[in-house]
Amino acid sequence: MAALPDMHGERATTPAAQGFSHGEPLTVELASPTDWAGFVHAARWLVQQGRPPEAVAWRCAGESLGGHVASADLFDTGAATSAATLPTAPALNLPTDWVATARRAALNADADRHALLYRLAWRIHQQRDVAFDPLDADGRRMGHLARAVQREAHKMKAFVRFRPVVDGAGEAGTERHIAWFEPTHHVQEWVAPFFAQRFANMRWAILTPRVSVLWDRQALQFGPGARREQAPAADAGEALWLAYYASIFNPARVKVAAMRKEMPVRYWANLPEAQLITPLLAEAAQRTQGMLDGAVQAGPRTRRRGQPAAGRPLKPSPSGR
Amino acid sequence: MELLRKLTLLADAAKYDASCASSGGAKRSSANGTGMGSSGGMGICHSYAPDGRCISLLKLLLTNWCIYDCLYCVNRESSNVPRARFAIDEVVNLTLDFYRRNVIEGLFLSSGIVQSPDHTMEQVIEVARRLREVHDFRGYIHLKTIPDASEALVLRAGRYADRLSINVELPTVQGLEALAPEKNSAAIRRSMARIRTQCDDTRAARRAVPAARSLPATAPRPAKPPPFAPAGQSTQMIVGADGSDDRSILQASAQLYGDYHLRRVYYSAFSPIPDASSRLPPVAAPLLREHRLYQADWLLRFYGFTQDEIVTDSGMLSLAVDPKLAWALAHGERFPVDLNRAPKEMLLRVPGLGVKSVDRLLAARRLRRLRLADLQRLAVPTAKVLPFVVLVDHRPAAGAAQRLGQAQVLAATPRQQDMFA
Repeated sequence: MAALPDMHGERATTPAAQGFSHGEPLTVELASPTDWAGFVHAARWLVQQGRPPEAVAWRCAGESLGGHVASADLFDTGAATSAATLPTAPALNLPTDWVATARRAALNADADRHALLYRLAWRIHQQRDVAFDPLDADGRRMGHLARAVQREAHKMKAFVRFRPVVDGAGEAGTERHIAWFEPTHHVQEWVAPFFAQRFANMRWAILTPRVSVLWDRQALQFGPGARREQAPAADAGEALWLAYYASIFNPARVKVAAMRKEMPVRYWANLPEAQLITPLLAEAAQRTQGMLDGAVQAGPRTRRRGQPAAGRPLKPSPSGR
Repeated sequence: MELLRKLTLLADAAKYDASCASSGGAKRSSANGTGMGSSGGMGICHSYAPDGRCISLLKLLLTNWCIYDCLYCVNRESSNVPRARFAIDEVVNLTLDFYRRNVIEGLFLSSGIVQSPDHTMEQVIEVARRLREVHDFRGYIHLKTIPDASEALVLRAGRYADRLSINVELPTVQGLEALAPEKNSAAIRRSMARIRTQCDDTRAARRAVPAARSLPATAPRPAKPPPFAPAGQSTQMIVGADGSDDRSILQASAQLYGDYHLRRVYYSAFSPIPDASSRLPPVAAPLLREHRLYQADWLLRFYGFTQDEIVTDSGMLSLAVDPKLAWALAHGERFPVDLNRAPKEMLLRVPGLGVKSVDRLLAARRLRRLRLADLQRLAVPTAKVLPFVVLVDHRPAAGAAQRLGQAQVLAATPRQQDMFA
């Protein structure tokens, strides 16, 4: 997996946040939901200032908190200090492995993630052992957020569905592949290089509500978010995939819970094959019973081994094609 | 015959192969190529069918015509299923089209035997060759090897494939003779041995190539030999088609893992097929038994159990409780285990503790003494673990383990009836 796209921006050196006293709650605003550099920048300064986790709230520009329980609301009076305007402070000495996991957890859509990460950084800064305790409650929580992100990235690699679009007169080489995907966490930028490596010689786009990812065979570009209607509808070739999905299913081994566990229902709206699940399950019992009954009715076969069955050639005839 | 109908028939015919793994291949990307595809590292399951199985590869038969008459097989010669045969480019194009849609990691190609084993194998290899050489396809390819095909063809197949497999089909030689008269278990094992030797030799030869020297005017580095089936080989055993007990199945897999270094042995519960032979049991697939065999397989490979320990005197695994819990219940004298002192080998034997949880416990107890709250923070089924362990502030009540066992047996009974109804 490639590293996150570089998101280091120009850092203002004007100490815009001086003048806050330590006891006063401070709300730090990051430039975007994936602004890791901004978080690191702010956390360094906050630790240097000795500002305890209880006295800091976090939010991200461009991240709606709808559906998430945000304890940050406690301080959310509207006034926030942009992370970029905070002064530069020395780096914190945090274990490399911990930073790697924290960076992953920071992509979780959980509204409290930055508060958790800052609290952990603060605690590790004071007592380094905290980072190495696999059963620490905050550490477990961070691991949980990071694993959810990891899983979402993996599911994005799995469940993005490209549909071909031919521009204009359908000349060779003008074909594009476009997908619509709605990830729960902010994994798009992190996963994009995977698709660039895999489909290096295709022109493709992955449209999502927060960001669009484009590949023109040269470089990845990230554009504004999109709407579902901007993605193409099913093409004729998709019928082959649907036929394959229906055929590879074995009606004699229905295990719906196992399927839902690995392919949660929230992904189904964007998976064309999901429309087949209900009809396939509806027929399954009858098809299985048919096979069981058929075996009993067929009775023993009397054909001798090595002899071709009546009416069928040993070699496939050309008409079998 | 139109493509859609062929696809329907030949995917349907391929679904009795359990393997869909796409992991462990060589690391590749299309960034420096003309085609597409990448592989390496973790496999990806692009979808799941309502049977709970992962769809990672386009799993097809080149044809379901077959001159063999293996009784358990839906494609056996005496079966009345409709027949079809793909043209080579049809499979190539389907693979490329599905791959572009991002619904597969690659192709798993098998075939009924037509004309001769060598002819069939050549056709299968040609699909892989065109994908790799004509289309520069860098996704995953799994080829089913025809057991009686010549050695040269098996070697060629390994040049294009990430994984090769040959199904042993049945755990015993007698079972194979009875149900698959044309198949020869000696030939199957001979092919596996060849693949193992070739995998080992190629790996050694590739490792032996010296590292690049950067000094000017030194001899250029010799090219590495091309990889051979970098994801190794796997096999499949059908469970419940013959009378083999779990002991003989697990013995057979231990031997396969040991002798041929298989990456995986798949267990496939014999499931009803269309137009089944009347000599086979017309019963629902023994899915729970298959599940227990996988659990046992894991215990043997990753938890330090031996086969004698987990199979009961009757030669079968318990269906009511998982094999690890069954062992713990039968060995009360080894429990409770003190999570603060017991060696790793013993922690691995505690019901409900997996390899990762054990590693976390070991790391945590280096820092401090473990308490009940620590265990609760691990994602483990505490109700299952607690009767078997001692912590600073926890000691199981007398008889707790036996009560847990009884409760599990009771809870399992209706579930089993459901599965076999």
